[in-house]
Amino acid sequence: MSATAASAMQVGLQSCGSCGLLSRPAAGAEFGRCPRCDKTLAFRKPASLQRTWAYLIAAAVCYIPANLLPVLNTTTATGSESDTILQGVVLLWSPTGWPLSLIVLIASIMIPSAKILALGYLLITVQRGSVRNNAERLKLYRTVEFIGRWSMVDVFVDTFTAALIQLQPLMSVEPGPGLFFFAAVVVLTMLAVESFDPRLIWDATNLQEVENG
Amino acid sequence: MADEQAPRTPLPQARAVAGRQRGFSLVWIIPIVAALAGAWVAVTRVMSEGPKITITFSSAEGLEAGKTKIQYKGVDIGTLTTIQLSGDHHLVRATAQMAPKTEDFLVENTHFWVVRPRISGANVTGLGTLISGAYIGMEIGDSKQERRSFVALETPPVIIGGALGRFFVLKTSDLGSLDTGTPLFFRRLQVGRVASYELDRDGQFFTLKVFVRAPYDQYVTPNTRFWQASGIDVNLSASGITVETQSVLSILIGGIAFETPAAGPVLPAAQAGTTFTLYENRKQAFEPPARYPQTYQLIFNESVRGLAPGAPVDFRGIQIGEVADIRAQMDFKTFEFSVPVTIRLDPQRLGVKVTGNYSGADLEAMRRKFIDTLVAHGARAQLRTGNLLTGAVYVAFDIFPSAPKATVDWSQSPVRLPTIPGQLQATEASIQNIINKLNKMPLQQIGDNLRQTLADLDVTLISARGTLVSARTTMDNANNFVEPNSLQSQELDATLQEVSRAARSVRVLADYLERHPEALIRGKKGASK
Repeated sequence: MSATAASAMQVGLQSCGSCGLLSRPAAGAEFGRCPRCDKTLAFRKPASLQRTWAYLIAAAVCYIPANLLPVLNTTTATGSESDTILQGVVLLWSPTGWPLSLIVLIASIMIPSAKILALGYLLITVQRGSVRNNAERLKLYRTVEFIGRWSMVDVFVDTFTAALIQLQPLMSVEPGPGLFFFAAVVVLTMLAVESFDPRLIWDATNLQEVENG
Repeated sequence: MADEQAPRTPLPQARAVAGRQRGFSLVWIIPIVAALAGAWVAVTRVMSEGPKITITFSSAEGLEAGKTKIQYKGVDIGTLTTIQLSGDHHLVRATAQMAPKTEDFLVENTHFWVVRPRISGANVTGLGTLISGAYIGMEIGDSKQERRSFVALETPPVIIGGALGRFFVLKTSDLGSLDTGTPLFFRRLQVGRVASYELDRDGQFFTLKVFVRAPYDQYVTPNTRFWQASGIDVNLSASGITVETQSVLSILIGGIAFETPAAGPVLPAAQAGTTFTLYENRKQAFEPPARYPQTYQLIFNESVRGLAPGAPVDFRGIQIGEVADIRAQMDFKTFEFSVPVTIRLDPQRLGVKVTGNYSGADLEAMRRKFIDTLVAHGARAQLRTGNLLTGAVYVAFDIFPSAPKATVDWSQSPVRLPTIPGQLQATEASIQNIINKLNKMPLQQIGDNLRQTLADLDVTLISARGTLVSARTTMDNANNFVEPNSLQSQELDATLQEVSRAARSVRVLADYLERHPEALIRGKKGASK
């Protein structure tokens, strides 16, 4: 993308992240408020990279127990059993049930890890001031942002199962500790996506153009 | 509208807000919290992880990695994590993750076994595993030596979990219908079980380990007798048919009973692990032990049909030994056939108690003197029928003062004791005697004489017949005379009537004369007028 258009920041203007109103920054102060919607204004989301990193690292930390700890404790008359996500995938894998297994594998294991990796990639490229693949990186960001909300499906399925299957004493299903970590991964990645400012992607390009004259 | 259309409308000015400069974002607390939570979970996981053990099974039937639990008294204390074949494919090696703080349980003599539904004669166990699947039972040993590698037992031990009581050891040559779990009875109350059995290395005896529950273990004293109460013990012997059972259960699956002889001295309870002999039956168990058994030989010149090894040898009804062996022998010089019967005697059973301390030679001399004296007094062995129904025969010793003289030759081995023909044989002999005497009678002569006599008698009879005929004529005459319608009889009647009339007249005359005595002189008055 040969984005030659000057960004609002370059011309010394701030856009409201909430209502989109473009305004001049308040004189003498670093922070101003949107005259229309009273939202805090800034050229870029404050401490965007730092926050995103923080959320991302927290998500990555939580991702480990989320996969190692059981997400569901099933107690039946024949005994109790606790399964991690990966065990669930293996359990569902059968000649007829493999699509379901594949869905769980993609939604619960591949997507969260892909999100974490994608955000990490975006953060690193932005920090290094990369000027290449701006459009692709933006698409990647949008995809991550779009997928984010669907990651909660897993948590919902588990909680619904736990709430519905309470056939004491024959059978009962309880969420395991892994589920809390999994939910934390989903929430933290969403927060990370939220705190990331995509405008940073092309700031470097704009800066380069300015320097080049 | 005008404002909007106006080019370059001045942009609104953002309101100024006092800002705070933050070098370090508070958002970093989140990954720290996440890391702490993760670390805490990890630490608790590691802390809650107990020792890992290896158990070797002969078969992994019903076992499932990650599911099969190890239970002690119904409490899950471990889970099998992996199951794989051993290197030589003969065994199954399973690893198990034990609960924390179970190190104390994993010692040298801890045992594991697979609990499956097991239905045997004695009991039904592990029915719960029909639904829940097999689990691994364990018994915690008391050793201090820790261990991590175990070999699972094939069958679950009978006594689990520190049951109160004592183990005893029984020795038997025949296992009968005994098995692990076979009940032990004391006065027909089930008080224990057979815990294990094994054949001794020399293959001669079985060593049984039995467990007697507290408080019944106190009734096992060093003097206690154990015997097999297996099933129905039908005994056909010289003493008739005896049927002995302990309980319906023991009829089905066999059992062991024990009892302490009431006659013996009261002894303290036996130590755990004391070895006892397991007798075949109650009778045998209570026979006084043959402490100095001696072997003798008896030679019977008669049929020994009905005599079997084990048949009693008694002296006036008291059993003093038993028949050990019966064998036929032939003397090739004389072609004489005889049946030597080897018997085992224990003089102690006769109540002969040796008091005082004697050396073996002294005892032997005393024994010889004792037997010599008995034989001199007429002690003889005899075959007797013990049971007419079964035809069982036993050997009886008795004193026969009239028996022919005999002595004991102590140079023989085994020593032969004198015998006397059996009762049946004696009876036979006397019958034979009678027949012989009968044979000797001059029957021919007697017959001839008899015939002569009979001929004479015939003649006599013929003459007698003539006499009889004349006698009958006489009788007929007499008969005719007394016949009612005969002439003589009528005449007699008439005569008698005449006599009667005459008598009446005389009475009338007598009466008249009494009243009128003068009539004798003067005559009848009326008639005179």
